[in-house]
Amino acid sequence: MSIISGLNKDFESRVRLGMMSVLMVNDWVDFTEMKSLLQVTDGNLASHSAALEKKEYIEVKKEFVGKKPRTSYKITDEGKKAFQNHLSFLEKMMRQ
Amino acid sequence: MNTKASEDLAHIKEMMERSSRFISLSGLSGVGAGIIGLITGITAMYLTNDYFSAFDSNDLKVYDFEMISKLVGLGITALFLAIFFGCFFTIRKSKHLGLTIWTSTTKKVLIHLFVPLAVGGIFVLALLQYHLYGLIAGTTLIFYGLALINAEKHTYSDIKYLGLLEIFLGCIALFWIGKGLIFWTIGFGVLHIIYGIILHKKYK
Repeated sequence: MSIISGLNKDFESRVRLGMMSVLMVNDWVDFTEMKSLLQVTDGNLASHSAALEKKEYIEVKKEFVGKKPRTSYKITDEGKKAFQNHLSFLEKMMRQ
Repeated sequence: MNTKASEDLAHIKEMMERSSRFISLSGLSGVGAGIIGLITGITAMYLTNDYFSAFDSNDLKVYDFEMISKLVGLGITALFLAIFFGCFFTIRKSKHLGLTIWTSTTKKVLIHLFVPLAVGGIFVLALLQYHLYGLIAGTTLIFYGLALINAEKHTYSDIKYLGLLEIFLGCIALFWIGKGLIFWTIGFGVLHIIYGIILHKKYK
């Protein structure tokens, strides 16, 4: 059971896991694109991104394009490290 | 727990693929483009049916302006038809997959395709200007192949093999002046149809 305790609780949710995966291979990704990739509702995405931001795994940028507000996300170095650790734990579990 | 881990890993992989590769590209677009290419190539051969006899007699015939404008017109019509069908099948597939069509990945694919194609187009204009018609078929195949290899990272990576084959055909065509239309028809017609079918079956 020692390995399981190494799993990152922050990535337990599918939405957060998906968000982190997308941000690992992309630079800034905006709200609309993220929503369509993960196929979740506005509120769902907002609450999960807030949780990841609080942990400082992602950076959130809010700006105006013309008159429309646009929110974009980017992974932080800390987020990358945490996600990579999580990935290697998942892989280890697979091999058991 | 193992199944949960493997499900999570599969989900991670899928999200990475979905967000970084343009997977709405439809094999049917390739088949459509191939059929148009085949018809275009055969029409061009028919229009220039003295092409081959000219080659046989080692007399590299220079076509008159009227013939060249006909062939250029034919080529441009084929290009627009191929783009039209390409967009049609690709948009249909993206709707089917529930993906947004206009994303940063789409833009990346288009830019990576566009740069070599635009340079190739300018190169062909120069060939037309200097009446080097015999090199055009090979040149279009080579630049198209380079464009596919360039876009490979942002869509199905299989397209790089199509790109390599197009370049290979183009290189042969460069040294076989007079048979250009045959290589062009194989490259843009036959290869597209075969590849389109393979892609369609593989990523259904």
